Amino acid sequence: MLKRLLFLLPLLVFAVIAGYFTVPILTKKDPHVLPSAMIDKPVPPHDLGPLLQDKPGVGPEALRGEVTLVNFFASWCGPCRVEHPILMRLAAETDLPLVGINYKDKPDAAIVWLRELGDPFGRIGVDGDGRAAIDWGVYGVPETYVVDAGGHIRYRHVGPLTSPALQETILPMVQQLRAAKG
Amino acid sequence: MIAEIGHYALVLAFFVAVAQVVVPMYGAAKRDVALMGFAAPAASAQFLCIAIAFGALMHAYITSDFSVANVAANSHSLKPLLYKISGVWGNHEGSMVFWVLILALFGFAVAAFGRQLPDTLKARVISIQGLIGLAFLGFILLTSNPFERLDPAPLDGRDLNPLLQDPGLAFHPPMLYIGYVGFSLAFSFAMAALIEGRVDPAWARWVRPWTLAAWTFLTAGITLGSWWAYYELGWGGWWFWDPVENASFMPWLAGTALLHSAIVVEKRDALKAWTILLAIITFSLSLMGTFLVRSGILTSVHAFAVDPERGLFILGILIVAVGGSLTLFAIRAPALKAGGLFAPVSREGGLVLNNLFLSVATATVFIGTLYPLFLDAMTGDKVSVGAPFFNATFVPVMIPLLVLLAIGPLLPWKRGNLRVAIEKLWVSALFTIVVAGGILVLVEGAPLAPVLGFGFAAWVAGGVVTELAERIRLFRIPLGDSLRRLVSLPGAAYGMSLAHIGMAVFICGATGETNWTRELVATAKAGDTLTIGQYELVLEKVERSQGPNYFRDMATLNVTKDGVPFATLQPERRLYPVQQMPTTEAAIRSGIEGDLYVAIGEGSTEGGYIVRVWVKPLVPWIWAGAMLMVLGGLFSLSDRRLRIGAPKRSKRRAAAPAAEAGD
Repeated sequence: MLKRLLFLLPLLVFAVIAGYFTVPILTKKDPHVLPSAMIDKPVPPHDLGPLLQDKPGVGPEALRGEVTLVNFFASWCGPCRVEHPILMRLAAETDLPLVGINYKDKPDAAIVWLRELGDPFGRIGVDGDGRAAIDWGVYGVPETYVVDAGGHIRYRHVGPLTSPALQETILPMVQQLRAAKG
Repeated sequence: MIAEIGHYALVLAFFVAVAQVVVPMYGAAKRDVALMGFAAPAASAQFLCIAIAFGALMHAYITSDFSVANVAANSHSLKPLLYKISGVWGNHEGSMVFWVLILALFGFAVAAFGRQLPDTLKARVISIQGLIGLAFLGFILLTSNPFERLDPAPLDGRDLNPLLQDPGLAFHPPMLYIGYVGFSLAFSFAMAALIEGRVDPAWARWVRPWTLAAWTFLTAGITLGSWWAYYELGWGGWWFWDPVENASFMPWLAGTALLHSAIVVEKRDALKAWTILLAIITFSLSLMGTFLVRSGILTSVHAFAVDPERGLFILGILIVAVGGSLTLFAIRAPALKAGGLFAPVSREGGLVLNNLFLSVATATVFIGTLYPLFLDAMTGDKVSVGAPFFNATFVPVMIPLLVLLAIGPLLPWKRGNLRVAIEKLWVSALFTIVVAGGILVLVEGAPLAPVLGFGFAAWVAGGVVTELAERIRLFRIPLGDSLRRLVSLPGAAYGMSLAHIGMAVFICGATGETNWTRELVATAKAGDTLTIGQYELVLEKVERSQGPNYFRDMATLNVTKDGVPFATLQPERRLYPVQQMPTTEAAIRSGIEGDLYVAIGEGSTEGGYIVRVWVKPLVPWIWAGAMLMVLGGLFSLSDRRLRIGAPKRSKRRAAAPAAEAGD
């Protein structure tokens, strides 16, 4: 009997894993939008020092008063490179303030990275040990958050930004939040 | 028209698959030879149909037929031919067609080469293989039709992601897929064995070469991907513990365990249920690799399909395949006749330990990859898992495996003597002490990591040499006889030695790169000199020119080493206008002692260009080690033909019992 149970064990373990994958999909959650406990919560109050000398860091008050897009990035992250042109375009074509948080990175590498690919951000904070990212609920870079004028997290995008995600979800949401504020 | 033929061929393949699943399985149950005989032609027909579909898609890409939506979305008329071809599998739909093509190819291979397989086993294996194909053909036809037309057709395509337009990445996916899909055959054999209720050495003898082939391709595929990341992403990293990399690494680890456990089934008729379970797990992890990338749950450069509907479909396939096979396992495996017990200190005991460590390693990677998602879903807590986690968990599991790697092959089957085996390893121990001590003394302020890394590499290499010396009875019989023994060793013996020595070489490379890399970042104008270590780099010029589908800034740097001219390096920075995306093409000068790696960034002739230089010791050893493993796999495969061969060859086997026993 015990032996039978032993042979049943792999199936049971699998059932648990499968359940965990299936439930979010069956409950119609877009798997791209990881559930975040931080939605509608105020942004974590971290004071992140600046990455560049001529650009401010990200203090607790920096994300208030205006709808902003907060992007976690790192120079060692391949997908960040993929989404970077989209951020550049966003910076050039819209007036949406972009805030960068440099995640677990060597500052020198990050500076070179921005010099090489362009710097779309209005302010950049350094999160060297990843503490702030943990409080924000970042699973892995890149991740992008929409923060409303009151400093509450409203939306979380996991993985590289894509044009459809921007056009269909993020930008409309920004419009809506701006309208609500005005 | 040709695209429609391709689509039609896929539909046809689907219905052939239905017949391929049902008829042979029923025939095997009824022991009806005619119905079982249907398996082989069905597998051939299925392969033919899918090959036609794949050819049609390839044709659309080569001729830049932008009326096919898939081509328009992923190709461009100006793209070089190689990337038009690789574009076929560089996107979701095409890669799925490629996936089923390989699957059908393996089914066809069993049909073609499986003449000596028992009829029922062969019929069942082909039937299961057809079932997997059926699921994925359904997936393609219902959610991912690559032949969909666009009306009106666009004038030109949207181009392939420029990061993917690279020779390394042109061949990375096919290799990886042959590896992934190759494990399907181990899975089909496992299922067939469970249905038959019988696992015997002959079964293992059949499973091993296919597993070995899949493993060899997977190794090559992972290496190519790593090599690509190294030179293309422009900052010289080669392994990132990226979730998608992990997705290919997990089947590799499980497949490596499977290779070793199948030896025990073959030689000692033991460990059967475990081997079956490993075959299921390995293929499940392969499927999961597909699922994780496709569903968008894990994202990275690789994720070209982000679509919940497809994710759901693949999730369904995964649950039915894994859940079904594990259910079958739970019902049938307890009835498998267990082989004889064996002593813990023996070759098979060593292999069990090997399996234990590899399984734990697989579990570690699995947890590191999925735990953050899991925890988030359960409690909403967030953790960040990255390289530090894997370094802290994966590496410690590898250490006992490496210690064992030298000892295990020296133990005889059935009952070994640990003291005797360890005494044989005195050369290895001495070598380890010399290497570790040498690094401690020679390298100023050497931290513990490189001392340990090279020490273990020396231990493994010493063990491999000792084992080989034992086998050819070096210095115990005349040297000429030893050499004759060396030449006549079976391919599998060479295979094992090569793969294991590859491991040692790989460890050297990884240790050197991780611990001794030096980096220099500077802004330089033409004429400026950069100095790093023994190297001096003079930036001659930066020129702008145009490639077939991109613009480029190409720098020319003259490098001297200790004042002696060493190399001219030409790193590039490219801009692909269609996708508005810059890429770096690093210039790398490789040597046995390591790489000199140069990349350039943005800049202008007046303000200077950003130049990044790395001295990366021993990096080529990483690829060399992996290639030795691949070579080991190929050598070992060359042996299989002798072992499975026609009856007349059994005489030859009997003549070389020593060689057999040593495998």
